[in-house]
Amino acid sequence: MGEFLLRRLALAVPTLLLAMTAVFLLARVVPGDPALVILGDQATQEALLALRVKLGLDRPLPAQYLDFLGGILRGDLGRSLITGKSVWAEVLAVIPYTLELTLAAIFLGVLFGVPLGVYAAVHRNALPDTLTRLFSLAGLSFPAFVSAVLLLLVFAIQLRWFPVISAPRAGDVLDHLRNLALPAANLGLIMTAYVTRVTRSSMLNVLGEDYVRTARAKGIGRRAVLWRHALRNALIPVATVVGLYLGTLIGNSVLTEIVFNRPGLGKLILGALNQRDYTLLQGLMVFFAGLIVLANAATDIAYGLIDPRVRYR
Amino acid sequence: MTEPLLEVRDLTVEFRSGGAWHPAVRNVDLSIAPRETLAVVGESGSGKSVTALAVMGLVPAPAGRIAAGSSIRLSGRELVGLGERELDRVRGDRVAMIFQEPMTALNPTMTVGEQVAESVRAHRGLGAQAARREALRVLDLVKVPSAARRMDDYPHQFSGGMRQRVMIAMALACHPAVLLADEPTTALDVTIQAQVLSLVEDLKREHGLGVLFITHNLGVVALIADRVAVMYAGEVVETAPAAELFETPRHPYTEALLASMPRVDRDVGALEPIQGNVPSIREIGPGCAFAPRCAHAQARCRESRPRLEPEGAARSVRCWLRTASP
Repeated sequence: MGEFLLRRLALAVPTLLLAMTAVFLLARVVPGDPALVILGDQATQEALLALRVKLGLDRPLPAQYLDFLGGILRGDLGRSLITGKSVWAEVLAVIPYTLELTLAAIFLGVLFGVPLGVYAAVHRNALPDTLTRLFSLAGLSFPAFVSAVLLLLVFAIQLRWFPVISAPRAGDVLDHLRNLALPAANLGLIMTAYVTRVTRSSMLNVLGEDYVRTARAKGIGRRAVLWRHALRNALIPVATVVGLYLGTLIGNSVLTEIVFNRPGLGKLILGALNQRDYTLLQGLMVFFAGLIVLANAATDIAYGLIDPRVRYR
Repeated sequence: MTEPLLEVRDLTVEFRSGGAWHPAVRNVDLSIAPRETLAVVGESGSGKSVTALAVMGLVPAPAGRIAAGSSIRLSGRELVGLGERELDRVRGDRVAMIFQEPMTALNPTMTVGEQVAESVRAHRGLGAQAARREALRVLDLVKVPSAARRMDDYPHQFSGGMRQRVMIAMALACHPAVLLADEPTTALDVTIQAQVLSLVEDLKREHGLGVLFITHNLGVVALIADRVAVMYAGEVVETAPAAELFETPRHPYTEALLASMPRVDRDVGALEPIQGNVPSIREIGPGCAFAPRCAHAQARCRESRPRLEPEGAARSVRCWLRTASP
């Protein structure tokens, strides 16, 4: 297992390099001179030149590229143009909020999605299955910002169960959870819909497998066949999908954070965009690329934990 | 004659297709005595596997069902009509089945030890440790080399022959009275085939098993069967002691089957393939199912369906030509 882990992590290196290169090139092909954008039309030539030198934009592209990669290797993602703080500092200040939101959504998604999917698969084409499928279709079709507004309207404004604006009192766990509830429910709904669908179809596949029939032939009981034999195999694609969906989830968490006015990576990105904070944006892109590559590696590793065939290959 | 371990009477299994129920197995009668191997032979689609699945209570619902009037008795106890829970107490314990594909019939995410042990745990109520010891004993019994070390391995780490041994171990873990083997050697190399066959033979002798052995390989039949039931289009068309069947086949289909069997002492040119195909379950007419392909078919063969009539003490045949002129 240790060797498998190392091998999988080594595989992430070329992917990361490719992603970093893409970020670098994107930042360079975007039309417009960053210095001009930052300083405005009225800036003097000297001031522009000074800023370009400060940003390293006066050097040839390959040198800039190496600088960029070298910075990343040292763990330096650059500094915000506006606040002057390092990208890391900006990210670290808000990442707990996004992480907490994303993990809560995955937790909710797996908690409700897996049993719902199994239930739907077992009652295939009967009423419960149809209802489950309708629900998951609805959950997937709703844009995150629409369901977020609906949740706010019903549970925060009409019923007043939860706060409209997330601003938890420090140290109050209950208050903290109350603030997390609606945004997490919003993302969790999408995640549940997604996990339900994948679990259902994966479970239907697995229930037709020869080894499920073998298990039934052993007379070990319906529950053991379903949960011990079928579900474990059915979870392999579910784990993949949850992992791959992490990227989408982070994207959706951006929207959710904005609607719920919650601190997090979403608000950080929005701020950087509005203020044309190019260096912060570039650093954030690198950070996101790394996050997604890591999420994919974690997915494969989860695969190995569930499916022994992957581990030994 | 000893009381049969397994007695199947008038078994009909139907499948729904295009809004109507069509029988895949029709009025099948079979019986197996202790220490007896009954080979069920026939082409693909003749209903051999469905018959075995019906005995296990594993006819896939809701697409398939056992028709009313069918009877499957195991050591005298009627199985048709039992609920899933009651069936679960019987299958894996009193009657067990080995499936054809050792590659896909084992769960890839569980160790072979777990897979053997779980049926002992379910039926004997043993704890994890005791079940594991029992699993090891059975794996040793089916001659899995260094079983103690290998029982924590996963199925994909075993060869095809070894997986089939694991399948057999799983089936035998609770000492069933009847073993159903659905083409257990078809997917294996010839040398491995012989090993698996002799293993089943040994176990039969030592444990008094009754074996229902499904195959389309007549060479295997000659090797292991005490009696043979020939199936065609969902029906048993002939039953006979193995030696007599090869010596004097009575049903035209059995004759044709034997004539199409390759033999070392005859030229390939002497092979006589049976013309035509097995009819699908939706297009069987009122007469004998084999009539459209039968060289001796007469008018009556196409009009009404013959019954399986006894011939002497040990044989029976389903053919107008034989019952009309004994």
